[in-house]
Amino acid sequence: MDSNNGTTIIVMSGDMDKVFAAFSIAIGAAAAGKETNMFFTFWGIKAIQKGNLTGRSLFGRMMGLMNRGGINRIGPSRFNFFGIGRWMFKKMMKNHNVSSLEELLKTAMDLGVKLMPCQTSMEVMEIPREALIDGVEEPCGVAAMLERSDRSRQTLFI
Amino acid sequence: MSEELKTDLKLNLEGLMCPMPVAKIAKAIKEAPVGAVIEATATDPGVLADIPSWARTSGNELIKMEREGKLVRFFVRRVK
Repeated sequence: MDSNNGTTIIVMSGDMDKVFAAFSIAIGAAAAGKETNMFFTFWGIKAIQKGNLTGRSLFGRMMGLMNRGGINRIGPSRFNFFGIGRWMFKKMMKNHNVSSLEELLKTAMDLGVKLMPCQTSMEVMEIPREALIDGVEEPCGVAAMLERSDRSRQTLFI
Repeated sequence: MSEELKTDLKLNLEGLMCPMPVAKIAKAIKEAPVGAVIEATATDPGVLADIPSWARTSGNELIKMEREGKLVRFFVRRVK
């Protein structure tokens, strides 16, 4: 792998469509042999959660209940209509032979894409380490993300 | 068309859409020895642009690519 020729993607959004784009780009970069990193922050964390209930405080538990996370649960940024949009998009993607987000996540991991959870987001949203899917890196912060970005020719914010 | 090319592996990418054809070819190339030739067929018309780009960025050789109706057939060689 070439050094300083990686790709780093900061995934801020937890919307199905944007997460889909982020994973597609990551897979393309990893397929080209680049060191590929995805840093999940804020709503992006929802994409790498297992989907179980989280939260300790009242607000944290409310947030965990309203948005449990999990790559199959996140909805599109537009036309979600309380989940109908998500169902519709999944159906349309399937009809057009487009891979599901779950398959994209698996493929990205197979190709060695590194998934970095943002520690601060996890703290704020009261999401423990155990609520994240297996195979993610240890939770980290902005310095760790920037170090990867330093080794990257592209850094994208989604 | 492929008689003169010795193919080490055949890969069926038919029905797959972006980014999966590129992901699968990358994985197959990674597992193949240097110099190996992979013949692949795909139906996503996006591969016409994507496979040449992937070959350039990954440093592998796209030997040839041809359209047979809705099918795209291409040959790539692992360079390094």
